[in-house]
Amino acid sequence: MGIAAAVFSGFLLAAATPAIYRLTQKAAGWALALLPLGIFAYFVGFVGSLPVTGVSVNFPWVPSLGLNVSFLLDGLSLLFVLLISGIGALILVYAGGYLTGHPHLGRLLAFLLMFMASMLGLVLADNLLTLFVFWELTSLSSYFLIGFDHERPQARSAALQALLVTSAGGLVLLAGVLLLGKAGSDLGLAAEQGLEISSLLTLGNSVGSHDLYLPILVLILGGAFTKSAQFPFHFWLPSAMEAPTPVSAYLHSATMVKAGVYLLARLSPVLGGTEAWLWSVTAFGTATMLIGGLQAIQETDLKRILAYSTISALGLLMLLLGLGSAIAAAAAMTFLVAHALYKGALFLVAGAVDHETGIRDVTRLGGLVKSMPVTALFAGLAAISMAGLPPLFGFIAKELTLEATLTSPARVLLTGVTVLVGMLSVAIAATAGVGPFIGRVLDTPRQPHEAPISLLLGPATLAALPLIVGLFSNLVDGPLLAPAVAATLQSRTATPLGLALWHGWNSALLLSNISLAGGVCLFLMRVRLRRYLSKISRWGPEQGYDLALEGLNGLARLQTRLIQSGNLRYYLLTVLATVGTVVGYALLTRVQLMPPGNWGDIRFYEAGLAILIALAIIATVRFVSRLAAIAALGVVGYCVALIFVLYGAPDLAMTQFLIETLTVILFVLVFYHLPPGVNLSGVPSRIRDALIALAIGSLMTGLVLLAVQTDVHTPISNYFIENSLSEGHGRNVVNVILVDFRGLDTLGEITVLAVAAVGVFALLKLRPREEKKQ
Amino acid sequence: MTSLILRTATRFMLPILLLFSIFLLLRGHNEPGGGFTGGLVCASAYTLYALAFGVPATRKALAVDPRFLIGIGLLVALATGLLPLLFNEPFLTHRGHWTKLTIPGFGSFDLGTPLIFDLGVYLVVLGVTLTIVLPLAEEVT
Repeated sequence: MGIAAAVFSGFLLAAATPAIYRLTQKAAGWALALLPLGIFAYFVGFVGSLPVTGVSVNFPWVPSLGLNVSFLLDGLSLLFVLLISGIGALILVYAGGYLTGHPHLGRLLAFLLMFMASMLGLVLADNLLTLFVFWELTSLSSYFLIGFDHERPQARSAALQALLVTSAGGLVLLAGVLLLGKAGSDLGLAAEQGLEISSLLTLGNSVGSHDLYLPILVLILGGAFTKSAQFPFHFWLPSAMEAPTPVSAYLHSATMVKAGVYLLARLSPVLGGTEAWLWSVTAFGTATMLIGGLQAIQETDLKRILAYSTISALGLLMLLLGLGSAIAAAAAMTFLVAHALYKGALFLVAGAVDHETGIRDVTRLGGLVKSMPVTALFAGLAAISMAGLPPLFGFIAKELTLEATLTSPARVLLTGVTVLVGMLSVAIAATAGVGPFIGRVLDTPRQPHEAPISLLLGPATLAALPLIVGLFSNLVDGPLLAPAVAATLQSRTATPLGLALWHGWNSALLLSNISLAGGVCLFLMRVRLRRYLSKISRWGPEQGYDLALEGLNGLARLQTRLIQSGNLRYYLLTVLATVGTVVGYALLTRVQLMPPGNWGDIRFYEAGLAILIALAIIATVRFVSRLAAIAALGVVGYCVALIFVLYGAPDLAMTQFLIETLTVILFVLVFYHLPPGVNLSGVPSRIRDALIALAIGSLMTGLVLLAVQTDVHTPISNYFIENSLSEGHGRNVVNVILVDFRGLDTLGEITVLAVAAVGVFALLKLRPREEKKQ
Repeated sequence: MTSLILRTATRFMLPILLLFSIFLLLRGHNEPGGGFTGGLVCASAYTLYALAFGVPATRKALAVDPRFLIGIGLLVALATGLLPLLFNEPFLTHRGHWTKLTIPGFGSFDLGTPLIFDLGVYLVVLGVTLTIVLPLAEEVT
């Protein structure tokens, strides 16, 4: 129960944030951070005492569809929850300090809380559909957060880009999830359990040999890769740096982008272990890792450097998950934590530097250690962790990674790439974390001084932790990381990973020394390197996205110009002509229409009514005066109502009478301002209109005859007549159908009416002032 | 100024039409009538009033913004649908027979959720029609 409360409390607090912000003003960040802190404390209580299969909570919603709101807390989700809530608390405090005095700060804090709650729901979800809902909620809150400064067009387009890419991935993910549920039920799971992750995990890798395995894999990978910015879907992440820095630090380094990694780790027992998994995930991960690193070294904007390096880190995580061995899973979990800590710290430091100096360009920053010594200290610690130097946690993570690649298939290639990317990481760490602080003091728009406490708390915690955890790694090994690895591998017991700073003189240590040396060299050559690399990379997937969007817009403009020209008559013409052609073709070629017989049965009043209608129609078309034409049209309507009376449908007739009256009045009101007696269409268009009208009329006649002649089923009206009094307690069958038997349809109809009324009102009232004079 | 005959007749017609619309609403379940028809009659009544006395007088007679009526109507209909959820029944399960209202001298009729749903429909139809007609009539004047 507490688990569900932890997830939903975030949403509730987000809704209450505007009020809280008004109360606490400057201290809002600190105040709101209490909730994530509380959640963190609550879940810390589970550390070390969690059963290997985890604790789950289940609320059935539509059990027959397998849709339940269920949560599972095991080693993997606990790890993520602690990261999300802990870093969340720090971010809220940071955001409060970063945007002090900003008029929309309350909004930002509310969106951050909403995002945190969605992310918590995502990692805690046990039902795949629940997971999907929270997945989409994270995309949505990310949209709000990236586009926070919505006055700037770059922020808007970046937010849209992120939303489109991750939402497309979300749809693909949904398809994959549904297929996976089908595969689950084929393999023996009950309908209510088909989409529960805990049930799917019991299937082991029998899913791997199912017919649908390959489509499922492709679809779910599509979802995971878009969210975690893997090549070729990685381009949205650097653009997302338009968001305020606290957002970038939270979403785009520590949490949201890890959602894809989480999903694959969660589903790896079910989907992994096959050749397809190994090659696809590893391949994409490796490619992303390389591309991210190469792009990062070319950038000069602090945030973009860190963004590309995050892409590279995500690629590495995917690579490790692709390998699937025990050591790879251990490396993945370790690296996950290490990366979240140092990257978050570096982002927050970048934000602090930006806040104090006014620029983010590394080529223009230098010597800040004199004016921001404390920030420099934490930046240095984070950079050392990223570079993978002992005694920080990053070093342990790097060692494990190298051990994993050394024991993998294709180990030469993978290890080589890892070492290369390691060099790049060292260079990036130095560029972003050390560069701005050392060297000559350069001029900056604002005079920098040390950052305030709210901006320091985050980097301090996130940078100090790698040091502490690195020195005392068994604090996290057994209680935290081992259960996470066990959940990923679905092994029965959580064996400690044996993390230590010293594993002896092995090849991993040698390789990390090589990458360190290489990285330092790259850092010293960075200016030349930047120039060389920027010549190579001109084209990439982002250009593809831009071209596709441009093409789509152009196509939309073209077809709008053709089909929706603004002329109401042409709309009607197009619709009627299309319907007439398509349905008419079907009617003429597929159906045998019998001409109506028994002409002798027609009563005189029925014939009289028909003649009256015909005369009224001719009058409508031929009258010159508009009011007379409208009146004649009203006559047609009333005659139709009389037909309803003749056929014994009093409700319908009453409604028709009333509607016709109101329609005539509306026509009069609308036509009032038109100039009298102007003939707007020439003879050819009148002939065309007459032909189309006659065609449509004949078509409708044919359809009515067909409906009367065809006897497909027993009419359902019998059921309604029989049961109207007994079950509906009403003698008016029509009304009982409207209100009771088909009440949902009626509810939908009145909603549509309401929307139409709003539309008409908007069209009438929301016009610019000048047009009203005409 | 519109004709005297129209104005006088409308002054008498309006209460009769309003009563008639409620009459149609109440009898809908067992006799021809119902929420749609009742709402339309009521809307026609106010439209007639607008033709005779002008839109500002009509808005004053109506006393509430027609758009508000749409919202209230939808809310009532939806609430009627959500009510069964409290009793663990599916959405929109109607309970037709709560009480039998007996007015001495007039007779009795059954009160149940279909009537309340119909009331929601009535309000929506009334609101929609007036939202469309009244601004159009304002354009003319």
